[in-house]
Amino acid sequence: MATTTLPPGPDTTLDDQGFGKPPELTPRPGHATQSGSPSQKSETGMLVAVSAIGMSFAAFTSAMFVRQDSSTDWQHFQLPYVLYFNTLILMASSVTLQLSRQRFAVIPDARHAAGSAKVLLANGIYWLYLTAALGLIFVLGQILAWRSLAAHGLYLATNPSSSFFYLFSALHAVHLLGGMGGLFYVLRKLIRNGGVAETSGLSAFSIYWHFMDLLWVYLLLLLAIRM
Amino acid sequence: MHDTSAAHAAHQHAAPTGFIRKHIFSLDHKVIGKQYYGLALLAVFIGMVLSWLMRIHLGWPAWPIPLLDKLSAVGAPQGVMTPEYYLSLMTMHGTIMVFFVLTNAPFAAFGNYFLPIQIGAEDMAFPRFNMMSFWVTFTAFLVMMAAFFVSDGPPISGWTAYAPLSAVGGDAGPGLALGQTLWAISIAIFCIASLLGALNFIATTLDLRTKGMSLARMPLSSWAWFVTAVISLLAFAVLLPACILLILDRVAGTSFFIPAGLILSDKLQPHSGGSVLLWQHLFWFFGHPEVYIAILPSIGIVCHILPVFARKPLLGPRAAVGCMIATGFLSYMVWGHHMFVSGMSPFSANLFSVPTLVITIPMTILTLLLIGSVYGAKMRFTAASLFCLGFISVFISGGISGFFLAQPSIDIYLHATYFVVAHFHFVMAVASLFGVFAGTYFWFPKMFGRMMNEGLGKLHFWLTFIGVYCIFMPMHYLGLAGNVRRYSAFVDDYLIPLIPVHKFITIAALLTGAAQFIFLFNLIWSRFKGPVASENPWEATSLEWSTTSPPPFDNFGGRHMVVYNGPNEYGVENNGTDFVMQTSPEKIAAS
Repeated sequence: MATTTLPPGPDTTLDDQGFGKPPELTPRPGHATQSGSPSQKSETGMLVAVSAIGMSFAAFTSAMFVRQDSSTDWQHFQLPYVLYFNTLILMASSVTLQLSRQRFAVIPDARHAAGSAKVLLANGIYWLYLTAALGLIFVLGQILAWRSLAAHGLYLATNPSSSFFYLFSALHAVHLLGGMGGLFYVLRKLIRNGGVAETSGLSAFSIYWHFMDLLWVYLLLLLAIRM
Repeated sequence: MHDTSAAHAAHQHAAPTGFIRKHIFSLDHKVIGKQYYGLALLAVFIGMVLSWLMRIHLGWPAWPIPLLDKLSAVGAPQGVMTPEYYLSLMTMHGTIMVFFVLTNAPFAAFGNYFLPIQIGAEDMAFPRFNMMSFWVTFTAFLVMMAAFFVSDGPPISGWTAYAPLSAVGGDAGPGLALGQTLWAISIAIFCIASLLGALNFIATTLDLRTKGMSLARMPLSSWAWFVTAVISLLAFAVLLPACILLILDRVAGTSFFIPAGLILSDKLQPHSGGSVLLWQHLFWFFGHPEVYIAILPSIGIVCHILPVFARKPLLGPRAAVGCMIATGFLSYMVWGHHMFVSGMSPFSANLFSVPTLVITIPMTILTLLLIGSVYGAKMRFTAASLFCLGFISVFISGGISGFFLAQPSIDIYLHATYFVVAHFHFVMAVASLFGVFAGTYFWFPKMFGRMMNEGLGKLHFWLTFIGVYCIFMPMHYLGLAGNVRRYSAFVDDYLIPLIPVHKFITIAALLTGAAQFIFLFNLIWSRFKGPVASENPWEATSLEWSTTSPPPFDNFGGRHMVVYNGPNEYGVENNGTDFVMQTSPEKIAAS
């Protein structure tokens, strides 16, 4: 294909789609800067991360189905009731997280009113501490569930059903504890920058925390049906 | 709406000054890319020496190999390896090559170095994760190497670590105690590193493209790294759970993969009800996409480099991207073709056979696009372009045998023979490495600011090109003759006549391996003594050639690149040159 190069004309079209076609000359949202905006990067990264975590749990789930059907040694057992209480606690933590986010979302508008931004910041941080506390109660509740199973003689290697129960609940708890580490990182940033949610990673953290909530509800349903 | 100045002020990180921050725990994607390259180089020479040891033993089983008894007195008494030790070396060869070379070199090494530059970014999206992913990979490598030095040596279960032998422990055989545990831990660590790396590649591609760098204008190498990152994210997210289950079976007494009534070393194993096929399903659900993790970046590199030396645009770049995406998608539907002989129902086998044959369509289109791109071109023959052409050759040679193996009826005969060994070495290993060689000769001037020696490069190409055909072509005939793989010596009547072929392959492998030292010498010599490279020695269009060689810490010296063209503007008339840089604002019109 023979082509020639012409100097840029006044009628340059703003077509950004084709190979070798003239460029779009206006910045495109999200790609305007070389370093990217911090909140967008962290949100994209978090969405990718939860996809990978979701994929891992999908693999564990399919392993459980295959293992259950491959032999007759699967023992059914009653899930400890504390799990249902734990689930409510974890769901409540998602609510407190949202309440906190609402506070931080209106901080930029409240900056002109003296004192009001400060109250919102304190409020938002309070809800975040409550989120962390609920997360901790959830993990402690899970430990109670494990102790209750152990009291019935069900350990990790006792039966494939108990193996999968411990595996799922422990891996989820590890992820949740990791999330709490993230929560304290976000909290520190928010306290230091006076509640600028944009650069604190709060939105990315929320994706993770809500995903952990949903993941647990999924795991509980799966375990309730299969155990 | 984000404040641009704030985003500028929040530079990813300031240029480091201390030695450790600059060269060891560096956050700079370019240093991390070079670290990955160095690790892959170390790994590939270890893997190559292992293949030499195996080949010498296959050609001349009674020959004592000097110093081998120092590595393992039990595995190689007087330097002659036992059949079990042969399997240990084979396991380590496969594992090192697949994970630490083929996954690291074309994807993590070149991708880390060039993806941000090619899309006009200052660094990866998450530099700390990036540094972590390299050092976690390095830790995985150390754990894997430790398996050489434990009492009963590395595992003998192959790079696929099939259960139940990989799951039960020392009763199953040499190397299956601590060696196999180290293997499983190393691979689990490697998975975590790969997930971190993939996350970074995806976020970087999606969020850090500079102004005007639409997806359609991304160089095909960047496209390939992006698609590979997506495949890698989903594949390693499955291998990690598989490794966790394997480790639990080994150390915690669970029975995920170990069936009831298994007696090994005269001992009834205290497990029940596990599914040995479950491991195969999980492993190959990762394993087949892994093939594309190894080959797609090399395809992308070749698609990127070939037009530079053909001086004409790549044919159908959009089709090429479509083919990469289609291949990535289909790669998740074909894992069962590794398990045709596992007792799978013939209907299931057909279900896996059809997508396996379908996946050859995008791969064939890609190959034809590459051939079409050089058709009628006035090629500039350099070491880089020769390796690109060599890539096409070995990729076709290896790909064609895939048509045969995709069909269950033929695969049942050829399964576990040297035909399969020939197939995957050509299509996955050699093809991928040719992409790495092409990338090295092409990008070395940018990475180190000096040109490599072209004469030595061409010599390296011809010796390697002829060498790999001498090694792997005869293996097809061995496989057709029924020569089973993973045997350490051939004593059966039907195999004895094939021994001369093995001797020929061994000599070819030794010579081809020796030729790699030319490459190593060229690499080291050029690093210090090569002629100084200009900014754009190959007259290429993409963004890495719009900056100094090597690029400054922030890649473009504070400039904010604006992209006006695709990467494919070759064979055009432009002020006495035949190419237009991606950053040139001239309007190009077809005449």
